[in-house]
Amino acid sequence: MHYSVFSVLAQALRGQRDWKPQWRDAAPKPEYDVVIVGGGGHGLATAYYLAKEHGITNVAVVEKNHVGSGNVGRNTTIVRSNYLLPGNIPFYEHSMKLWEGLEQDINYNAMVSQRGVLNLFHSDAQRDSYARRGNAMRMAGIDAELLDREGVRGMVPFIDFDNARFPVKGGLLQRRGGTVRHDAVAWGYARAASDRGVDIIQNCAVTGIRRENGRVTGVETSRGFIKAKKVALSVAGSSSLLAAMVDMRLPIESHVLQAFVSEGIKPLIDCVMTFGAGHFYVSQSDKGGLVFGGDIDGYNSYAQRGNLATIEDVMEGGMALWPGLGRLRLLRHWGGIMDMSMDGSPIIDRTDIGGLYLNAGWCYGGFKATPAAGFCFAHTIARDEAHPHSAAYRLDRFATGHVIDEKGMGAQPNLH
Amino acid sequence: MRIRCPYCGERDNGEFTYLGDAGGARPDGMGTDAAAMHDYVYLRDNRAGVHRELWYHGAGCRSWLVVTRDTRTHEISDVTSAREAGLARRNSGTTSGEAA
Amino acid sequence: MSTLTLKRAETQAPLARSDNPAQPFRVAGGLVDRTRPLSFRFDGRALTGFPGDTLASALLANGVRLVGRSFKYHRPRGILSAGSEEPNAIVELRTGARREPNTRATVAELYDGLEASSQNRWPSLAFDALGVNALAAPIFAAGFYYKTFMWPAAFWEKLYEPMIRRAAGLGRAANAPDPDHYDRMFAHCDVLVIGGGPAGLSAALAAGRMGARVILVDEDSRPGGRLLAERREIDGRPAADWAAQALAELASMPEVRILPRTTLFGVYDHGSYGAVERVSDHLAVPPAHTPRQRLWRIAAKRAVLAAGAIERPHVFGGNDRPGVMLAGAVRTYLNRFGVLPGKRIAVLTSSDDGWRTAADVLAAGGTVAAVIDTRPSVPAELRRPVEAAGGRVLTGSFVSGTKGHLALSAIEVSDASGRFDQIACDCLAMANGWNPIVHLDSHLSRRPVWREDIHAFVPGTLPSGMTAAGSAAGDFALADCLSGGARAGQEAAATCGFDGAAAPAPQTDPESVSHTPLWRAPRTKGKAFADFQNDVAVSDIELAHREGFRAVELLKRYTTLGMATDQGKTSNLAGLSIMAELTGQPIPSVGTTVFRPPYTPIAIGAFAGHHRGKEFRATRHVPSHAWAEENGCVFVETGLWLRPAYFPRKGEADWMESVNREVDTVRAKVGVCDVTTLGKVDIQGKDALAFIERVTANPFGTLAIGKARYAILLREDGFVLDDGTVARMSDSHYVMTCSTANAARVMQHLEYARQWLWPELDVQIVSISEQWAQYAVAGPRARDTLKGVIDPGFDISNEAFPFLACADVTVGGGIPARLFRISFSGELAYEIAVPAAYGDAAWRAIMAAGTPYGITAYGSEALSVMRIEKGHAAGAEINGQTTARDIGLGGMLAKKKDYVGRLMKERAALTDPQRPILVGFKPVDASQRLRAGSHFLGVGETPSLAADQGYLTSVAYSPSLKSWIGIGLIRGGTERHGERVRAYDPVRGGDVEVEICSPVFVDPKEEKLRV
Repeated sequence: MHYSVFSVLAQALRGQRDWKPQWRDAAPKPEYDVVIVGGGGHGLATAYYLAKEHGITNVAVVEKNHVGSGNVGRNTTIVRSNYLLPGNIPFYEHSMKLWEGLEQDINYNAMVSQRGVLNLFHSDAQRDSYARRGNAMRMAGIDAELLDREGVRGMVPFIDFDNARFPVKGGLLQRRGGTVRHDAVAWGYARAASDRGVDIIQNCAVTGIRRENGRVTGVETSRGFIKAKKVALSVAGSSSLLAAMVDMRLPIESHVLQAFVSEGIKPLIDCVMTFGAGHFYVSQSDKGGLVFGGDIDGYNSYAQRGNLATIEDVMEGGMALWPGLGRLRLLRHWGGIMDMSMDGSPIIDRTDIGGLYLNAGWCYGGFKATPAAGFCFAHTIARDEAHPHSAAYRLDRFATGHVIDEKGMGAQPNLH
Repeated sequence: MRIRCPYCGERDNGEFTYLGDAGGARPDGMGTDAAAMHDYVYLRDNRAGVHRELWYHGAGCRSWLVVTRDTRTHEISDVTSAREAGLARRNSGTTSGEAA
Repeated sequence: MSTLTLKRAETQAPLARSDNPAQPFRVAGGLVDRTRPLSFRFDGRALTGFPGDTLASALLANGVRLVGRSFKYHRPRGILSAGSEEPNAIVELRTGARREPNTRATVAELYDGLEASSQNRWPSLAFDALGVNALAAPIFAAGFYYKTFMWPAAFWEKLYEPMIRRAAGLGRAANAPDPDHYDRMFAHCDVLVIGGGPAGLSAALAAGRMGARVILVDEDSRPGGRLLAERREIDGRPAADWAAQALAELASMPEVRILPRTTLFGVYDHGSYGAVERVSDHLAVPPAHTPRQRLWRIAAKRAVLAAGAIERPHVFGGNDRPGVMLAGAVRTYLNRFGVLPGKRIAVLTSSDDGWRTAADVLAAGGTVAAVIDTRPSVPAELRRPVEAAGGRVLTGSFVSGTKGHLALSAIEVSDASGRFDQIACDCLAMANGWNPIVHLDSHLSRRPVWREDIHAFVPGTLPSGMTAAGSAAGDFALADCLSGGARAGQEAAATCGFDGAAAPAPQTDPESVSHTPLWRAPRTKGKAFADFQNDVAVSDIELAHREGFRAVELLKRYTTLGMATDQGKTSNLAGLSIMAELTGQPIPSVGTTVFRPPYTPIAIGAFAGHHRGKEFRATRHVPSHAWAEENGCVFVETGLWLRPAYFPRKGEADWMESVNREVDTVRAKVGVCDVTTLGKVDIQGKDALAFIERVTANPFGTLAIGKARYAILLREDGFVLDDGTVARMSDSHYVMTCSTANAARVMQHLEYARQWLWPELDVQIVSISEQWAQYAVAGPRARDTLKGVIDPGFDISNEAFPFLACADVTVGGGIPARLFRISFSGELAYEIAVPAAYGDAAWRAIMAAGTPYGITAYGSEALSVMRIEKGHAAGAEINGQTTARDIGLGGMLAKKKDYVGRLMKERAALTDPQRPILVGFKPVDASQRLRAGSHFLGVGETPSLAADQGYLTSVAYSPSLKSWIGIGLIRGGTERHGERVRAYDPVRGGDVEVEICSPVFVDPKEEKLRV
């Protein structure tokens, strides 16, 4: 059923009786052209764009849990395209443009809210490094503004300007950045893909990947073998585990990243703000909760939870920046498992095994990439070649040295 | 998380910094080829399960430690001095991945 | 069979109606102190209560039933519970900078002068304009917003979203910094007991008596739990008396610490627990030198989870109307606070437990309008007293609707045959069984398990070291709580190595916990809520089912069930049970939601502790700090350091004038700069040289004793980690310096190399960054100045102590010092190091010695100007993205040794001749300012990603050249000297034509260094 104010009103009069499941809860067929492993945002978007852009609809998305049960529903909902390096810039800007038209495209309100992303800086050196990034964005035709202290004060007057250990000197602002209702992205893509004929198979865990003569032939699952011409892995957090099924070692470690939400309060902050002298960033959801986060806990983990030292570190950053937060209460904190790659940038590529494709290594930036990752991964799967926007995300770049290291931290993923 | 440093006793993980997998030893020497070095620098087993990993007790005794920890539960089964482990590895002529 | 006793404990005085006109619902009894009335305000209205009251009990005592408005439909809401699970009675507590939104009235202790206001209503609580949302409820079904507000696209940010945001949210945050402060505590114990009810007290007593170090935390102001709320007897005495005696005994034990007002909010790995103690929240303002709250990090060998259980509401139409309460809460208000929450109280129960409420109300002289039991029959001994008092008893019946404008006035009762009846009442007590608090044991990703016999989830596999006891373990009977708690405490202490047997469990009066829950009313009128605060009704769960959101996580996310400030404490099971019914599955097959910390919402300030304002991070002062302060220095934050940036003098108009003067003085005369912030590492041992050779990228084999050399350190991936110097003090003794920013990282790297990569090397290293103060003395008169500082007998002439010499010397008559002839400024320069304790004295001695030569102190700004004039790379160039070749150091790299980074730096992309390389830049028009971060672009070229040639890394105004200068990375830079490009800086409106030149602007032949 098409979603619109009219259908909502009509159903209000009919006691909401006629709504149908938003996506078909499909059972596996014996064979597909493409099996996408992972029913998160990226996997579902990939299925959608395979169908929409390439007309490939004999596609299954197999998900061990339910739609959107991984990182797409655990992140802090931020979207932005304020990147520094040429390998990243066109990709994330493409993603931003897809966000801007997403709701009309998939007929689902994901509440794309371009309320601005403001990165604060606290020293001359940091200002110059943000200017470098802002200028790179402007060279590529992306919006970026460098605010001085007064400009920042105009946007976020409540932060500590007078007694800060690391005084705020200004900020880099991308007005087109903002937030998106994360769950709705998964559900919207699931519905749109399902409508185009994609099978979404939930509660179906992949237990093995079958190969013959250097090519994949399908996946073993908890619901039986599914034959496939192509298999596409889109399982951030668990990429290494799936790769190990075909004896691949990846330049990836799995780390836990915690996120936090406060109790709901009346509107307080109207942008996404990041602290430049500590690990803290914050925005406010439409429901009123402050959504915030910081750094990864910093150790390999497949448990979706973290520890107190990191929590305290994040809150310290919050209070240092915004001392009015003190009496607001933390409602919930949780953890997601990140594919931390060795240069902080993702991988969208073919593998050495015929018919096996990899979308991985998103570190903690995968959510904002969802549309473009789906779009470009679908291109790679359909055409067997990289989309120009994701051409830098090669798996062999660590061997050739073409690393895309925005932070200059080297091959230690917990520093990215 | 609490880590039992062999020199300082049990301490909160906030005192430690993490490096990662204590697997393959650095391929030393002028004869090493780039592929071996690439694998050492960039590739990880990234196991879901028992994991030998390096931690640095920077806010304590400055020892590097080899911690054996389950990445699914965070359960720690062993902590040893990295230097002792490293010497054992040298003496046995094996890679650090094999020397426990 | 029920043997519930309705006999009052004889030690308690019979209750009687209060004739207190100010608190018309106050009755005799309870644990409040009636000798000292407290005044408080709710929505401006002056009211009174007593010490021992919560805001909720005081409001009920005053007959205030309407307390708030719900999130979505703005429906009137009252007080549901008497504890931290409260979803409805949430208010803004206090005013001004101390305003605390979303405070649960049920746990806010009353103090004199308390001010609270209702929230999420306009213009007033009784008349809330957004109450119209309730009329639109048929539209506002779960997830309706995903289906609309999409057209026109631009309207989302401009119109729909602002409207939704204004309507959403609950309370208002204070709009000022939090004036209170917070503290942090670390504690260790053998046995941590979580909860101070019957099980927790028993556990603490058992462990404490064995001598174990025990910490008992309880979220209430007064430990005791249900013992304070029930008319029960233990060993023939009122339960509250038993609790008081247990507490007194615990308080007398030296190894036992009791923490009331403390919520154990989170369980973390390896026996780490987080708790927050509300030290001063029961006071108007924290006393002097007392924090508002204290965050405890507790490391416990064992923990006894005795957190209790939460009562379940019934789900029926209008179950949210003020006056509808949990039956246990009614007993709490009555027995603990001396408040009868209604004049005519009805009870809706599916358990024997509910009848206890009726009995207590009758015993207090209250009126029981009716008891509706959903079970087909009830034992006569339960019915008899109610019927005797004139109350109706309806079995096999349920409540199908409620009436009342802003609060309850009547209920509608139906039975299976479809008959219904209306019963007037102003309070409905709901008893539908209890849910063990399984939150804490699920924090470590463990799932609770369903127990069909008690119709509830109980802890499954517990985290190691934890045991559950009492109702938290599903043992609801008081006798089981006492014995189970004692057993758990004894076992926990025994596993910690303490001896002793548990004392015999105390005797209790008989009781029955018989219970058959009714998950929702079979027929209902109006919205039946599962989640009160978020307005999630049965119809929303049905819609979620219809649309495929059937897995519990999907249900929760689509409907927002369980996501309000109470985190679903009273609603999760309701949601699960209804979904189970809709899908025809047993409840545990639908799933269990994962409870996340914190158990109850915790103030962000408590987590941050003292780390705010200037105390956010430690501040490190350089040894010359005192002198610098005395001399009007302007400081700059550099990591944790506060470094002198420049030293303004009278008459200087701005920072640039001061910095120019400092640079000019150094270049013409002499200056001194505190460089103590550099990392300094002492390296000693037979294999010291071998070690240095492996961690540095340039060769050191030929470094003679008494010589220093520039050092490049790479990461193993081939990019530059840092640079510094290595000085050879003796045969096997070296001192390495590295940059301020990387001091800690380099030390960690060196320790890694020593301990893990090459443990066989005989070398010891230690950081001496904090042990030595170090000063750069630079300028043509540097030697003259130092002659006045260094003890006679050390020849520092150019011949005896040439460029790059180093030596141990003494100053001030025998104080050890180290002298290095190295230069960052390009001038004749030395760095002199003295033990940190002599840092201040040495600085003053240098200033005194240099005064005849016109010495100036210079700060990090002048330091930076001079290094840019010399084209030296620093943090902006060594940013983790550059190779040694990129920054002009490729020629220095060793070819005949293996070292960290050797192989990876040879990868194709790192040796690509097209990589940007470090060169100098001068504005074509010397009056134009350069800015770091500008990108390079061909003259006349249109900006684009492809046109980007590199960027300016560092700039300075060079007083030596009377022009802005810069260094930066540009493609093919070395071959392009003399070429013009644009330094394009759109974010600051800059676009300056610059000429590519050598990065060495001053003294390119390095003559000044060597004189």
